[in-house]
Amino acid sequence: MRALPLARLLAAGAALIALFVAIDGVVHVVTAQTPFGGPRPAAAPQVGGFVGWLLAKQSEFYREISATIRAAKSDGSAVWTLLAISFAYGIFHAAGPGHGKAVISSYLVANQETAWRGIVLSFASALMQALVAVAIVAVGAWLLHVTAKTMCGAEKTIEIASYALIAALGARLVWTKGGAFIGALQAGRLRPALAAAAPHHHDHDHHHGHDHNHDHDHVHDEHSGHSHGPMPGELAGPGGWRRGLAAILTVGIRPCSGAILVLVFALAQGLFWAGIAATLVMGLGTAITVATIAVVAVFARDVARHLSGSREGGGALIMRGIEFGAAGLVLLFGVGLLFGYIAAERTTCL
Amino acid sequence: MSLARRIALALLCLCGAPAAADAHPHVWISSVSELLYAPDGTLTGVRHAWTFDDMFSTYALQGIEAKTRGVYTREELAPLAQTNAESLKEFAYFTFARADGNKQKFEDPVDYFLDYADGQLTLHFTLPVKTPFRAKQLVLEVFDRTFFIDFQMADKDPVKLVNAPEGCKMQMQRPNDGSASAQALNEQTFAAGGANANFGMMFANKITVDCP
Repeated sequence: MRALPLARLLAAGAALIALFVAIDGVVHVVTAQTPFGGPRPAAAPQVGGFVGWLLAKQSEFYREISATIRAAKSDGSAVWTLLAISFAYGIFHAAGPGHGKAVISSYLVANQETAWRGIVLSFASALMQALVAVAIVAVGAWLLHVTAKTMCGAEKTIEIASYALIAALGARLVWTKGGAFIGALQAGRLRPALAAAAPHHHDHDHHHGHDHNHDHDHVHDEHSGHSHGPMPGELAGPGGWRRGLAAILTVGIRPCSGAILVLVFALAQGLFWAGIAATLVMGLGTAITVATIAVVAVFARDVARHLSGSREGGGALIMRGIEFGAAGLVLLFGVGLLFGYIAAERTTCL
Repeated sequence: MSLARRIALALLCLCGAPAAADAHPHVWISSVSELLYAPDGTLTGVRHAWTFDDMFSTYALQGIEAKTRGVYTREELAPLAQTNAESLKEFAYFTFARADGNKQKFEDPVDYFLDYADGQLTLHFTLPVKTPFRAKQLVLEVFDRTFFIDFQMADKDPVKLVNAPEGCKMQMQRPNDGSASAQALNEQTFAAGGANANFGMMFANKITVDCP
């Protein structure tokens, strides 16, 4: 087709970008930790600008939580203040650095999920995070009276399991998306007419996401094999929730250390219920931020799809390339977190 | 190539998050440090007293039994102090020394204990220097590079030189509290020159001792 050279150019561009993103990720991941023996990283706390402001705000809210829980012992109305602060803390906490939203966003982009699904996944994983924190403290501190060392050890074990799960999820995504990407590459090499006939070309079960007008369909039925997905609002497609569950589990299983500290503190003050309420509200705040970021990611991907959809032939390749890149990011995060390259995401047990 | 550029932008949105993957403090420590010198003028060790914030103190005390409710003796806290001393090794005790630009190592801590007052735990411990040294300029920094712990020098007399040779001068820089002062501190560091200029960015809790 006439558009083929352009499409090729774009495809090459997309591949380069994907590569750049991957390298960028690796560089960040690798430079995030330098052993103490080596040259010291330029700065430990990354302060300054927006992130610095977020961190400062977050610290402020967090430190007010303990004071408010103390106040709530004698003055019941302080619980409302506690909830308000916890909510704000949740919002700011998630807006700051952290892997949860990055993993969720990358997952959504890789898996062609809808914005709706992104919102549901964000809330479900935040709720799960809160419940895991409550469960750890309820069993560990309240029932068993274990020491902080034991509790922190449990936290670390869960954390490592969570990172391993992220890596596994990433590996699976890379496997399937890599196949789709290579398929699209081959299809690009063949004439589009031939590509339509190519039987190996239907995608498997990850294509229910599109609630919109399938504007990529004119890419010569690249998706000939896939079942058309749910309509907007209809969230659980075939095999859908199982898939979403993986993302919820991987991110949600790891509780926030902050929530655990708050819960133990509340328990020691005889106000465990207030701690639980604060944790849930914190989770709500986190969910709102993560959902917002997830929706932005999905929107950005859809814009890319619309733009690439208007080019013949290359569109599918670009989209497969983006999905492949996002899948690669999930894998990178998982591996980076698992092997401690992203040191800031490790629980510190003292 | 505007399409590719737009796609690049979309992707950058996604990887902006890992780029900022650092830091959110959950523990606050107020630190008091003593630099210990031998009669021959060499630095032999650093003695820290770190006071934890009340939330972390409560957390750390979880599961520790006390005879009197709310009162913890040094003996009752001994197992916890040992746990702390052992755990800190993984983080190099958050204490980093350079003698005239050369990195110095510390041994495992000695004389460690915890005390508890006003709802806050204080961990006392001494870090012996592996090879005692004399330096024209000693730079000692206390910080957590992951920023899980926010170290702050105590308000009053945070650093003391014990038996330091005559003529030694101590300077101290407190952590900057966010974005605002980062720039100013950067310039200070730059102006100070010497070993400081090696670090691209200013660091919290920096103690500098210049000796003749």
